[in-house]
Amino acid sequence: MEKKQCQCGHVNPPGTILCESCGRSLTEKEQNSKLVDMRYEGTARRSQTYNKSIIDKVWNFFSSVKVGIGIIVALLVAAAVGTILPQEQYVQVPVRNEATIKAYYSDVYGEVGRIYHYLGFHDLYSSFWFIILVGMLAISLIIASLDRFVPLYRSLKNQRVLRHESFMNKQRIYGKGQAPEDVLEKAETKLKELKYNVTLDKNGLLAEKGRFSRWGPYVNHIGLIIFLFGVMLRMMPGFYVDETLWIREGETRAIPEAPGYALESKKFQLETYTGEEKDGAFSEAVDRVGSVVKNYQTDIVLYKKAEDGLPGEMENMEEVKEYPIRVNQPLKFDGFAVYQMDYKQNELKAMNFALTNKESGDSLGELTIDLINPEKFYELENGATVELKGYYPDFSGFENGEPQTATPLPNNPGFLVEMTTPETPKGETSFILIRNTIEPFGENQFKLEFQSAETRNVSGLTVRKDKTLPILGLGGLIFMIGVAQGMYFNHRRFWIQQKANGEIVLAGHTNKNWFALKKDLDQVSEFASLPAYSDQQEDIEMRMKKEGEEAL
Amino acid sequence: MNEKKKSKKKNRVIMRSVILFLLIAAIGYTLYNNATAEDVSVLKVGDQAPDFKLVDLEGESHQLSDYKGQGVFLNFWGTWCKPCAKEMPAMDRQYEAFKDQGVQVLAVNIAQSDFEVQSFADQYKLSFPVVIDKTKSVMTAYNIIPLPTTVLVNPDGEIQRIITGEMTEQDIEGFMEEIKPQ
Repeated sequence: MEKKQCQCGHVNPPGTILCESCGRSLTEKEQNSKLVDMRYEGTARRSQTYNKSIIDKVWNFFSSVKVGIGIIVALLVAAAVGTILPQEQYVQVPVRNEATIKAYYSDVYGEVGRIYHYLGFHDLYSSFWFIILVGMLAISLIIASLDRFVPLYRSLKNQRVLRHESFMNKQRIYGKGQAPEDVLEKAETKLKELKYNVTLDKNGLLAEKGRFSRWGPYVNHIGLIIFLFGVMLRMMPGFYVDETLWIREGETRAIPEAPGYALESKKFQLETYTGEEKDGAFSEAVDRVGSVVKNYQTDIVLYKKAEDGLPGEMENMEEVKEYPIRVNQPLKFDGFAVYQMDYKQNELKAMNFALTNKESGDSLGELTIDLINPEKFYELENGATVELKGYYPDFSGFENGEPQTATPLPNNPGFLVEMTTPETPKGETSFILIRNTIEPFGENQFKLEFQSAETRNVSGLTVRKDKTLPILGLGGLIFMIGVAQGMYFNHRRFWIQQKANGEIVLAGHTNKNWFALKKDLDQVSEFASLPAYSDQQEDIEMRMKKEGEEAL
Repeated sequence: MNEKKKSKKKNRVIMRSVILFLLIAAIGYTLYNNATAEDVSVLKVGDQAPDFKLVDLEGESHQLSDYKGQGVFLNFWGTWCKPCAKEMPAMDRQYEAFKDQGVQVLAVNIAQSDFEVQSFADQYKLSFPVVIDKTKSVMTAYNIIPLPTTVLVNPDGEIQRIITGEMTEQDIEGFMEEIKPQ
């Protein structure tokens, strides 16, 4: 494409539609149309103009709005497809790893599930093609904006006051006619009153208002790019943490991903509304569904390891603070937030037994076995003792005569004990389970009779850190500023020229809200006695409608 | 005029290449981070092994850095874990063979009670120190997920190898040979 010289003598960059200087139409299509295309002020989108090296071709690809919209549609479709089957993290598998998850999809959803998993829809936001699409959207936003913003900025900055009549008479708002001598001065006064920036040149006037609204889309795009940058940072180590921590009452646990910090759970409590509150809160709901939760709360103590402390050194921990974690009232420290998310109630903690004579039923005293940290010896009255020989917190059966435990949690505790009393000085062995006692070496005289159990609660906490939030917030704010800028403000312009014969030519343009533009012009017209104007687009539409009706 | 045009075109290509390169590099970096996100905090072979201090069943403290100059065979285990129990006797036998050659075994139990760990150690007659990670802080620092996991620390304090799952006696012998000081 070649540079275009306009009749007025100005040389325009290739691809220009309206002469940068006088506004004459430069293309044949434009010359034949009734109204000018004011998009980007008739400047050439930079990428349209040359298409030479491979770099230019790639650039032009991303500069296209069609391509941009194509990427957005592709993302929307992908996101929609990603909701058809559950995402990976919501899938229930006994052992969580790549293979079991893959198997889950094909087992539960058949061939569809297999393909779904193969294409990466099961973990959409982490699948490489989704990330590439989002990245392409970012490239498209940046390049398309640059390509349009730069020429638009230049052309608005270098606007001429005097435009060629062919530019004026192809504007949507156009008027021509006789007017008094002082019309320009009067129009200037009124326009300034209406807060227009007025520039005069010889016999012409350019009034402009709200140019900054033209930058709205670009500001908006900057916000989006900052937002996407924040999302990108999330995948970088140290910026984003989302971990689960199960902690039982009385336990102290290192906080995952927060080196040097530990939490101790003092107590978990769940409070409900009784339905008999003074203010009658939830009484209806309590009647209907039985119970309404008032509060989930874990009382914790936060510890931090000492300056020279090492992992594993309990005695070298310093207490930072005590805090009740409640729903929406997370514990906050050092950029982390720990939320109350889940709970389990009444896990076994200790069991109380009485050593009794099976025949007479007489008790020789009681003992408590702590299931979390059991003692070895228990001394009772009258010189009787119980020795714990083996402890199997989650008894799962025997293997080669050995009792087994499936997990370290006291879900189904089993105890191997030796009971010694003055009557049975040699000792009797018994294997005790809940509701079951095995006497491996023959009939015993004594037994440990279950009395009661103590329980404790488990809190499910979520540890979060998100350093990208301020960036996401900033991106969102700039996005909204851009939206407001482009939506609630309009760029309005008037061109008025007084010809040698005293005739006045006037034209008006706005990027949106033509009604307000006409209202402004009506005020100016009245004050300065401007010639009548017409809305040429409405005229065209009316004519077409009429023709259409006649054709019927 | 022609010269000017040429240099303008050159500048344009350079400008566009730089912008495209930066954007594509950002996408590439994001993809890389995404691919490695799962094991961000997982220790890698060649890393310095995080120092820690744990107490054994006799009440003695063991600090990893005290064993500098020796190879440390760090075994994370639990009494409920069957493969852990299976490899213990073999570990004990190899420990006997290698302890005079500068290889130390530390068996790190994950937050179980003294009673259970003591009973287990007595049952298997373990001669190497067994320490208990009561707060799971060492487990967290080493990002241990499955049990058993064995971390081999060489005499320079660097991680030589990470083994998840059960080891045979032959494996254990080979691993001890690997971290033996020269």
